Amino acid sequence: MKPFTILDGLVAPLDRANVDTDAIIPKQFLKSIKRSGFGPNAFDEWRYLDVGQPGQDCSGRPLNPDFVLNQPRYQGAQILLTRDNFGCGSSREHAPWALEDYGFRVLIGPSFADIFYNNSFKNGLLPIRLTAVEVDELFAQCEANEGYRLVVDLAAQTITRPDGKTLHFEVDPFRKECLLNGWDDIGLTLRHADEIRAFEAKRRAEHPYYFA
Amino acid sequence: MEAQTLYEKLWSSHVVREEADGTALIYIDRHLVHEVTSPQAFEGLKLAGRKPWRTSSIVATADHNTPTDHWELGIQDPVSRQQVETLDANIRASGSLAYFPFMDERQGIVHVIGPENGATLPGMTVVCGDSHTSTHGAFGCLAHGIGTSEVEHVLATQCLLQKKSKTMLVKVEGRLGLGVTAKDIVLAIIGRIGTAGGTGYAIEFGGSAIRALSMEGRMTICNMAIEAGARAGMVGVDETTIAYLKDRPFSPEDEAWDRAVAYWRTLRSDDGAQFDKVVELSAEEIQPQVTWGTSPEMVTTVDGRVPDPAAVTDPVRREGMARALKYMGLEPNTPITEIAVDQVFIGSCTNSRIEDLREAAAVTKGRTKAANVRRVLVVPGSGLVKRQAEREGLHEIFLAAGFEWREPGCSMCLAMNADRLEPGERCASTSNRNFEGRQGAGGRTHLVSPAMAAAAAVTGHFVDVRTLD
Ligand code: SF4
Repeated sequence: MKPFTILDGLVAPLDRANVDTDAIIPKQFLKSIKRSGFGPNAFDEWRYLDVGQPGQDCSGRPLNPDFVLNQPRYQGAQILLTRDNFGCGSSREHAPWALEDYGFRVLIGPSFADIFYNNSFKNGLLPIRLTAVEVDELFAQCEANEGYRLVVDLAAQTITRPDGKTLHFEVDPFRKECLLNGWDDIGLTLRHADEIRAFEAKRRAEHPYYFA
Repeated sequence: MEAQTLYEKLWSSHVVREEADGTALIYIDRHLVHEVTSPQAFEGLKLAGRKPWRTSSIVATADHNTPTDHWELGIQDPVSRQQVETLDANIRASGSLAYFPFMDERQGIVHVIGPENGATLPGMTVVCGDSHTSTHGAFGCLAHGIGTSEVEHVLATQCLLQKKSKTMLVKVEGRLGLGVTAKDIVLAIIGRIGTAGGTGYAIEFGGSAIRALSMEGRMTICNMAIEAGARAGMVGVDETTIAYLKDRPFSPEDEAWDRAVAYWRTLRSDDGAQFDKVVELSAEEIQPQVTWGTSPEMVTTVDGRVPDPAAVTDPVRREGMARALKYMGLEPNTPITEIAVDQVFIGSCTNSRIEDLREAAAVTKGRTKAANVRRVLVVPGSGLVKRQAEREGLHEIFLAAGFEWREPGCSMCLAMNADRLEPGERCASTSNRNFEGRQGAGGRTHLVSPAMAAAAAVTGHFVDVRTLD
């Protein structure tokens, strides 16, 4: 996993609540057995005017001019502003894979769906929860100022706006540590393999019917 | 000892270790695997030179991509076929407790086959790379969906990194009216608390109306806990649970059964246990539900009308509603019963079990598909459900009505196979998600119970199933 430390990135606003994982990456693309290459199909149904197929070259497809991420001013955005309950729906990790492959490293919104939130951290994508008021202000500033950027510092847990104001955000210490270092969860867990084995042996003795 | 909730009991019996910030390693008893979310996990494992920790925890099947007709032709779509073949190769190489491959007589939707084979047992932790894993909580276990990185983590370590959730009790007291089902209960709950209402919580469903439900009904409710934002839903163990599990293929037997049952009876919230949040509904007030929008919380009763965004003050909600109505092709204030449907889908891990098919057949019997309905798909949840339904003659009722009787699988719940809506088509569906494009690009989904879906199929529009004589 790519470590995440500090990002100074262009911001794009996606002003919708309940953006679900079917919208982030439609199901026809879930047939891939790879982890990469989902970026051109992120938000496929909103982004293009035709229906996308897996394995298709997307460079010649007709873009939907009304979709915000297609506006020239947001090209190259690495920070996505969103509304409540972003990432609801299925557990598909293809959603964070698609967002990361598209170029996003940070998502900012008032709330995220649990499974999606969790999946993001495993893929070097930082989801940040701010208050509804803070998010409203970011939307207003972003829409009013072309080239709007934010500086996100994970170690300090801060977001700095162009006007100099700093916002603080919360993140679990364990997740933060893993993301800062780009650590692989499995490697960390396997350091406790003895404890797992001891637990398993005890459970097997108490509840043998779970181990049939 | 202090009174504990069911969730607390399940949680504390699985903690292997805990970090200072509360992140815990949770031991996983059952790992359900399907073709869509597992290939990258197996590949990751291989690349890292790791081996699965305990393959006897694995129960696998192919369900999402598999066709529901013309099985003799195999899987036509090459991309789908590759995914199913990849699962096949991975499971055969790793080993498993049980594998029900494409066309096996016990193959089916992963959340249907686990319980019906007794592979989901009370007191277990159950995970699957699929958000509707919450279904299995109906058996008094801690079950939730995980992402592919977590699938790999469970394969490699038999554990999951988790933080303890808050607890919510959703209590439904009283008796359901005739023609009102578990699906209506859970849609009414989502309508009340919203699709993010359960975020961060594990929800326990309780109260006399839940107790009175069969295991199938409880599974329908827990299945949609995730639609309320909760990763896990659960119901405490009682005699209904135990009776269901007796003599299932992987249920314990003889002495082990007695010992298990003695433990399982403790798996309910103690009297006086404290929940972080309690929501109460009265069963008598629950009416048949129909969703009108593109999120399960956009739901109303069958005697209601499509709401008017102009009446909403919050701008984000108002725009969300307006966008949903535009996508759905609906005008504000239209009576729900005036909405005509093009297709009907009876199936999915929410409503494809034997009781669901019985419910749909009871409404269908002696009636035929309305002329304006292009297609009615009835897709049993598993091979076992299919054969049971055929023994009861349910398929003849459906076929006589002009419905299609298919092979088991996820089918038009997410339309990864050939079963899908055409752009603009409207569907009465017993599945769980009405998101844009869920049942096919441009397709319009209305979530309903099996009885309400059958009623729409025979009348051509939504209708209160209680008014059909
Ligand atoms: S039936 Fe639908 S919701 Fe259930 S597992 Fe299959 S695709 Fe997912």
